[in-house]
Order: sequence, then C-alpha cells, then structure tokens
Amino acid sequence: MAEPLLRAERLSKRFGALAAVADVSLDLVTGECHAVIGPNGAGKSTLLALLAGEIMPDSGSVVFDGDDVTRARPSRRALAGLGRTFQITQLCREFSARRNVMLAVQSRVGTPFHFLRRADSLATLAARADAALVTAGLAERAQVPAGLLSHGEQRQLELAVAMAMRPRALLLDEPTAGLGPAETAEMAARLAALKGRVAMLLVEHDMDTVFRLADRITVLAEGRVIASGAPEMIRADTAVREAYLGEVVDA
Amino acid sequence: MREPAPWHVRRGWIAARLGLVALLVAPFVLTALDRGYLLPVMTRMLAYGLAAAALDFVLGYGGLVSFGHGAFLGTGAYVTGVLLHHAGQRTPVLRWPVEIGGSADALVAFPAAAITAGALAFLIGAVSLRTRGVHFIMITLAFAQMVYFLVLAIPEYGGTDGLMLPARNNLLDLPLDGDQPIYWLALALLVGFLLVARRVMEARFGLALRGARQNERRMLALGYPVYRIRLLAFTISGAAAGVAGAVLANQAAFVSPDLLSWQRSGELIMMVILGGQGTLFGPVLGAFALLLLEEELSAVTEHWMLVLGPILLLCVLFFRRGLWGQVSGAPAHG
Repeated sequence: MAEPLLRAERLSKRFGALAAVADVSLDLVTGECHAVIGPNGAGKSTLLALLAGEIMPDSGSVVFDGDDVTRARPSRRALAGLGRTFQITQLCREFSARRNVMLAVQSRVGTPFHFLRRADSLATLAARADAALVTAGLAERAQVPAGLLSHGEQRQLELAVAMAMRPRALLLDEPTAGLGPAETAEMAARLAALKGRVAMLLVEHDMDTVFRLADRITVLAEGRVIASGAPEMIRADTAVREAYLGEVVDA
Repeated sequence: MREPAPWHVRRGWIAARLGLVALLVAPFVLTALDRGYLLPVMTRMLAYGLAAAALDFVLGYGGLVSFGHGAFLGTGAYVTGVLLHHAGQRTPVLRWPVEIGGSADALVAFPAAAITAGALAFLIGAVSLRTRGVHFIMITLAFAQMVYFLVLAIPEYGGTDGLMLPARNNLLDLPLDGDQPIYWLALALLVGFLLVARRVMEARFGLALRGARQNERRMLALGYPVYRIRLLAFTISGAAAGVAGAVLANQAAFVSPDLLSWQRSGELIMMVILGGQGTLFGPVLGAFALLLLEEELSAVTEHWMLVLGPILLLCVLFFRRGLWGQVSGAPAHG
C-alpha cells in the first residue's frame, strides 16, 4: 500500500475519568473512503476533533502528508489540505451561501491580509465559488443568508464549503445528520460523486450510506477500535454485530 | 459578479451623504446664526464619533467587546499633549536611550498618537485575544485601568489634575488656532477613517474578521489565522482611537486622565450600541446622540444621569439595530 495521506498512531484522549479515545490507530489513503462507525459515545467525534487539531491528544501522533501535525493548530492543518465538515453545521450564518463558499475558496489562495480590494471582485475565485454552488444544488439560493437556508440546504452548503477549499483529505462528521430519507440519499449521491477526487474519513450513522461509500470500515466502541477492514468483513464480524450492527441487522 | 446592493445599503449611503453635507455646512450655518460657540462641541462629537467608529471596527465586525478603548483614546491625547508640553518647555520627552524632543507639529503628533496607541493596542490585544467573552471584556478593562494609574503616577503630566497645553499643534507651519481649523481636521479624519474602514470590511481582511465573529470554528477549519486577523484589527482600532484622542487634546488644549478612565470606555461602547454596531456610520450617530443628550440634559438638571439611563434603555429595547438601523432600515450585519 502507498504511504497513507493521513495516519493516526495510537491516539488517546481522556476527559476526566472517561477514556473518549483509547489507543486508536487508523490511516487514510489517497482517494479512498474510510468509514468510522460505532454506537453513540464511541468516540467518533472526539477522534475527528483530534485529527483536525481542535483538541490535543494525551498521547499518540497524527501525520498528514508526511508531516507530523500532532501539535499543529487546526488552521495550519486546513491550509495543508485537511478539510472538515461538522456534525452540527458550522457556517457564517449572516453571510450569503455564496460568501460562505467564497471564504472557503479564498482561504488557500494568498493571504487574508488584503485591505482595499473588494473580495467579491476576484474573478477566478468567484467562478470557482459559483461552480461549487452549482455542484451543491444551491445556485438558486446563492444570495440567501446561510442561517435562513433549510436544514437540508445548510448540510449541502457545509459540504460545499469544505470542498471549496480543495482539500486532499476530508473529515466528514455525520454528513446526513438530521436529514430525511430523500435528503440522505441525495447527500450520499453527492458524496459518491466526490469519491476518488478527495480522500474521505466518514463518520456516519446511516448504514446504507456507509456501505454504499466505504472502501474500508473501522468500528469504534468505548473509544477503542474493535474491528477494521473491508465492508464485507465488517458485516460478517461477530464482535461488531454484537457491539453495534446487531441492533440494526436484527431489527 | 458583485452582489447587488440591497435597498437598505443604498438608503444608508444616502443618509450618510446627507449627514456629511450637514457637517460640511454646519460651521457656516452656526456662524450665520451667531452660534459659533457650538463648533467646539461639534468637534468633540466628531472626535468621539471617530473613537466610536474605531471601537465598532472590532466590536461590531469582530465581535470583540473591548472595555478598554478609553486607554487608546487617552493615550493618543497624552502623546499629543506631552509632545506639546515639552515643545513649550523646550525640554526633551525622553533622554534615554534615544533623545526625543517635544513637537508642536501635527504631522508628528498625530502619527505619534496613532503609533503609540496602536502599539499599546497590539500589546493589550496580544494577551486579551487569547480569551473569550466575559474574560475578554474584563482583561481589556484591567489593562486600561493599569494605563490609567500609570499616567496618574507621572507628576510631571499633572496627575489627576490633567495637563494644560501651551498651544495647539501646527499643521504645515500654520497653527490650528480658532474653532474652524480643528473642526475641519476632525471631519477629514473621521470621513477618511469611515471610507477606508467600509472598504476594508468588504475586502478579504474584513470578511475574515466578520466571518470569525459569526463562526470562529468554521474559519479555523478553513485555515484562517483568526488570532492574527483579530490582533491586527485590534491594533488598527486602537490606533484610530488614538487619533481621536489627539483631536480631543487639540480641541480642549487640555488633557485629562478622565479620557483614560473606564467610564470613557463604557461611553464608547454605549455610543456603538446606541448607534448600531457593525455599521460604522451608526456609532458616529450614536456619539452625536449621546453627547447631545448629555449636553442638553446636564443643562436642565444635575441628575441628568437619571434621565439618560432610561432613554438609553428604551433605545436599546426598541431600536434593536440601533439608531442607524432606524435611519437606513437595515439589518445590522450581512
């Protein structure tokens, strides 16, 4: 296997007495979709926060694109090409959808320390922002403040913003959270279209989406990796069925 | 493609232009009406308008509620005052490590006020911006109080009595004597700051600052250096407030430690909230309104604070987007 784009080595994080993430190692290869599943409280969101740099691990390391970024700030990891969506949508709610995407498009081009030129007037960047909105199905809603978009539209915009900075790896924290069946299918289709263009680490509860997209699956329970491998293998794993899938499969 | 300007933006610009016209004709109208003695009051309003707009730069657009902007205002005033004081006495401001003489030149004093207040804002911001919310408010207040007591401790500059200035600054060898020159200077500085600041808020720097107020987490995840952006904004804001202080020192030919006090910082916040935060024009309107109310009410009763309080309360309750929101019919942000 090629050198992984993103590699976590024996990451641990405790919150008081709770071991939220314990001794977790996993990697993400260029272009693949690696899903992380597990019951609520398994430590999935903590793991993403550790990989993104929002919280620091007690021990272990994170390597992105050959560089040790264990202690690097989130903004540095982002500039290196690590994108992220959140379980709870994180947008600039007063800015229009288009401006949210523009901020993302601009982030890795030059510096934000420009004072007099109108940001919206940079033609090539504006074209990229508009293209991203079309891809997200939000072209008609471009001028609407993000906070006034429907929940489903906000989830699409969240993904569009993360993709607009052209990341090489994308951390996806439950992209279908709060979506109805039709919207979930639409989101899954959009993610499927991104496959191969960007490496995805996908935390997701919706099993249809997971098995549709994932090349590999890692299962967390109580902060630990209890299984990792190809989707068929995970589906067949008895420990996984007991810990997690059992409730779904037998239902 | 530019986003088309909505109606309230155009209405805001119209109102701003009308305001500018009013300020441009005010000296002539006041002279014609034999009310020339009111011009110094208006100069003071312009200076506070500049300071309030400077605070809005970080408070309204950056979400950084600084309770220490009086320190920057006062620092600008004291720098100007101290330079004039030593120029009058023909003594150096500083003997060591480099000798710095006094100066009555506005082209020295105003930049010096801006640079010193900006440097102070940089230092205070570098520490304060590591905190959030109430802690940020408290730590900026604490730093401002330190500056206040530091200045009080220098007997040469009058302590609590303040510092009487021998003269005003000279601009291009012409003294800023009389009421009009300093009025025009104050107006030019205010308009200049407003035009540049409005522009900055539509440029990449301004968008990043505003984005970080709305969602810091998202901006960090996009790779924006939020701390450095805020620190620079805070520095610019402090420098502009320092310039406002330099205007006040010239207008009154007197520098009071009162300018550095936390009450002054609080008044600046009131001006911003009253006028409408995140609009730049609003805080200027707020400064005019607050000083006018103070002036009028204190002429009627010595308990004017008792009247001013409820008026402010009603304004905040009923004009959620401030006085400027009423004028332009605009949402405060966007």
